Order: sequence, then structure tokens, then C-alpha cells
Amino acid sequence: MSHLSPFQTFLLLSILKVAVVTVLTLMAVAYTVLLERKFLGRIQNRWGPSRVGPFGLMQPMADGIKLFLKEDLLPIAAERPLFIAAPIIALTCALISIAVVPFGGMQTVKGVEMFNIADLNIGLLVILGITSIGVYGIALSGWSSNNKFSLLGSLRATSQMISYELALGLSLVGVVLHAQSLSLRDIVNSQGAHGAWSWNILGGGQIVAFFIYIMAAYAETNRAPFDLPEAESELVAGYHTEYSSMKFAMFFMAEYANMITVSCVASLLFFGGASSPLGHLLPADFGGPILSAIFPILWFVAKVLAFLLLFIWVRGTLPRFRYDQLMSFGWKFLLPLAMANIIVTSLVIALRS
Amino acid sequence: MQLALFLIFGGLAVAGALNLLLQRHPINSALSLVVVMMSLAVLYWSLGAEFLAASQVIVYSGAIMVFFVFVIMLLNAGEEERTTGSRAAYLVGFPGAAAIFCLLSFVFLSERKALGYTNIGGYLNHVTSNISEISTILFTKLLLPFEVTSILILVAILGAVVLARKEQ
Repeated sequence: MSHLSPFQTFLLLSILKVAVVTVLTLMAVAYTVLLERKFLGRIQNRWGPSRVGPFGLMQPMADGIKLFLKEDLLPIAAERPLFIAAPIIALTCALISIAVVPFGGMQTVKGVEMFNIADLNIGLLVILGITSIGVYGIALSGWSSNNKFSLLGSLRATSQMISYELALGLSLVGVVLHAQSLSLRDIVNSQGAHGAWSWNILGGGQIVAFFIYIMAAYAETNRAPFDLPEAESELVAGYHTEYSSMKFAMFFMAEYANMITVSCVASLLFFGGASSPLGHLLPADFGGPILSAIFPILWFVAKVLAFLLLFIWVRGTLPRFRYDQLMSFGWKFLLPLAMANIIVTSLVIALRS
Repeated sequence: MQLALFLIFGGLAVAGALNLLLQRHPINSALSLVVVMMSLAVLYWSLGAEFLAASQVIVYSGAIMVFFVFVIMLLNAGEEERTTGSRAAYLVGFPGAAAIFCLLSFVFLSERKALGYTNIGGYLNHVTSNISEISTILFTKLLLPFEVTSILILVAILGAVVLARKEQ
């Protein structure tokens, strides 16, 4: 690699990172679906998928093949270009935001950071911006299907996502005040001092913000108990009623990719990202250079997995909200609480300094 | 690299703006406007204003345009009929637009020194965060105008609530 210029090394390593992360994210999406079906099955006292492969582990492949081979129906009354563009927008926005997530320790090879595709100084704002663009995928899918159920589902989804985006964004302000930066890497580093005690949820005093975030995140991803946009008993399947084959699969993948992103952000902002809960109990070079690079990734994956299991647990436990309850909960409870949290956090920081 | 970004997204912004005028369906026009705003955000970013770019995406394309699309969806506005338009619009409109374009470019070119200028991508190479600079100015020098603007927006929200509320 010595004969490559710095720009060429940067380009090659970036392409490599993007390829690896994309493949891993798609695999993670496929296996999150399986995890949900298995875990939900056990919650409801049944086995879940168990026929394809050992313990049903090949089920995602079977699902993928089935969806590929299904006929791709296109309703005559549908608005054709938008009908096709909507699932693409939804999936693209869901996958892009993983690009700013630092999923490991600070490891550089030839001046290029390895465990982060792009460390932007406005990483958090980029994630919020991409989430707000993702609304278009759902809004357009419902409208372009030319179907009452789809339109109602997408109206519900859009208004729900816009309403909860406020509470979501405001709940993150306390964390930003603590870290004094919008870069996700800096936010993680600001929590790395004393292990679990310096994480934002404990030592940072952001436990209220965390609960606001996690509730708003459930609403943002249209998951139970806020899954009104696709309430089967009222709306057939909501905004993706008219979609079939791979277009439906893209919406499905977008939902699970969004779940993964939201879990990543929760563990980065409130649970110290890739830092170990034990702090500096173990020496920094424990187990040699390769193992000490892998441990942070394992911590990060464990945290994200815990959040995914929480998502599924909540889905298996709580009933669905009514629509007016959802709206008044978001606007009259979460939003004022998030504002109060900002005021209290900034007062505490001002008094301490 | 930065020049390529400028050419691509500048072209995209112009194409989106033309498409906005030429499309017959309101929802296509609204989506073209989203494309224009996103390309403008990329241009801001390539000029080193990353915070402005992010707020452009979050506020304009993420919030305001979603409401535009929402309203169009709810009203179920159909395709517009294409008419020849009034003669006066053609007679006055094109020279008027050309005059405004010439005036603006004249002002920008002649007052170049006073306005200040930046290289394309000039700020991308060294890492400065202009978020802290913006917030320092916003909360010290421009505090009063900033707060007055927020009260103005609050008044607008209250007005909308009063107008939209059902009579008891």
C-alpha cells in the first residue's frame, strides 16, 4: 500500500468500510426479523420459526427467496413513479444514517478511522435530518397507492412521526449540552471516563431524557405500542397495503433498519457507545492489539442487541394506543417534559461551572 | 472534487426549480422543491456552513415541505389545466425576470469586496466548528432580535389556534 497516495488509501478504505457495513447492516436486519419472530414466539408460549435450518436459522433466506419470487403487482390506479420511488426513499434513508455511527473504539489505519464510516462534526443533526426525510417514503407510499386504507395509514404515520420528532430532538439536547459537541464520536468520548458511572443515563443525570427518547423512538419507528399506521384491525396493513414482492420487502427492511439505527443512537448517546461499563478496570491493551480493538465492538453490539430485545419485549407486552391518546401523550406530556429536562440540565451545568 | 460537487448540485437545484414550474401535478412540484432545498443544503455544506445545511434539511425539507405534501394529499388536488396564460404576464414577466437577474448580479459583482467571498470548499479542509461561533453570536450580540423573532412565531401559532378552533 506504500505506493498509494493518501487520497487513494482513503478512497479504498472508505469503499471497503461502506461495503462491509452495508452487508452487515442488511444481515442484521434479516436476523432481527428472525429474532423478533423467535422471541415473540417464546413470549406467547410457542416456538416461532423452527423448520428451516437448525433452530430456524435459515428462515431469513427462505423469506428473502419467497419475497423475490412473488409477483410484483402494480395497481392500475397507482401514481406510478411515486409508487416505485416511495419504498426506495424509505429504505435509503433508513440505511444511510448508519454511516455516522461510530461502532468501535478509536482505531486508525494510515490516518483513516476504521470503525466509523464518517465522523462528522454534526453527526447527530445528520441523523435527525435523515429521519425527517424518511417521512416522505411513508407519506408518498400511502398517497400514490390510491387506496383509502393506505392514505389513512400514511397520514397517521406522517403526523405521528412529525409530532414525536420534536420530543425526540429535544430529549437529545441535554446530552449535547453535556458533551458540548454534536459529533457522535465526541459524545461517546465524553462518557468514557469512569465506565458505567459516567454514562449519560447514570452520571450525566439524563435518565428522564432517555425515557423520553426511547418512547419517542418507538413512535418514530412505528412500532408497538405506537403501531397505529399499520393497525391490522383498522387499516388492513396501513401504508403498504398495495405493495407486494420486493417493494413490500423494502418497507419491511426499512422498519427494521430504523429500529437498528434508533438502538445505535440510544446506546451511543445514553450508554457510552462502544465504551466498556467496567471503565479502566482492565488495562487499555488487554489481550493484545487485535482483541482490544474487538472488545469495544462487542460491547456496542451487546448494547444494540439489548435495545432490540427491549423493542420486541414491548411489542409482545403492551397493547396499542388509541390515536388521540398517542397525540396527547406526545404533545402534552413528552414535549413539556423534554423542555423541563433541558432547563434543569442547563441550570445544573451552569451552577457546576 | 468541490467543483464537481458544486456543478452537480447546482445543476440539480436549477433543474429542480425548472421542474417545479413545469410540472402539472402539485405533488410533483412540491417534491421538486424538496430536491431544490436538498441541493442547496449540499451547496451550503460545501461552502463550510454545515450547521446551516443541517437546519435547511431538518426545517425546510423535513418539516415545512412535509406539511405542504400533507396538505396536497389531504385536499386531493388534481392535475392543473394548462392554459395559455395572460398576455401581460408574458410581456412583463420575462423582461422583469431578466431585469431582476441583471440587477442582482450587478450588485453582487460590484459589491464583491464589501460582501466578502469564500472559496468553494475552502473551509472543508480544516476542521472548524461554526456551531459554537453561531451560538455565541446568537446568544450575545443578536439575543434581542432572536427572542423577538421567536415571540413573533409564537404569536403566529396562537393566531392559527384561535382561527382553527371550533366555536363552543
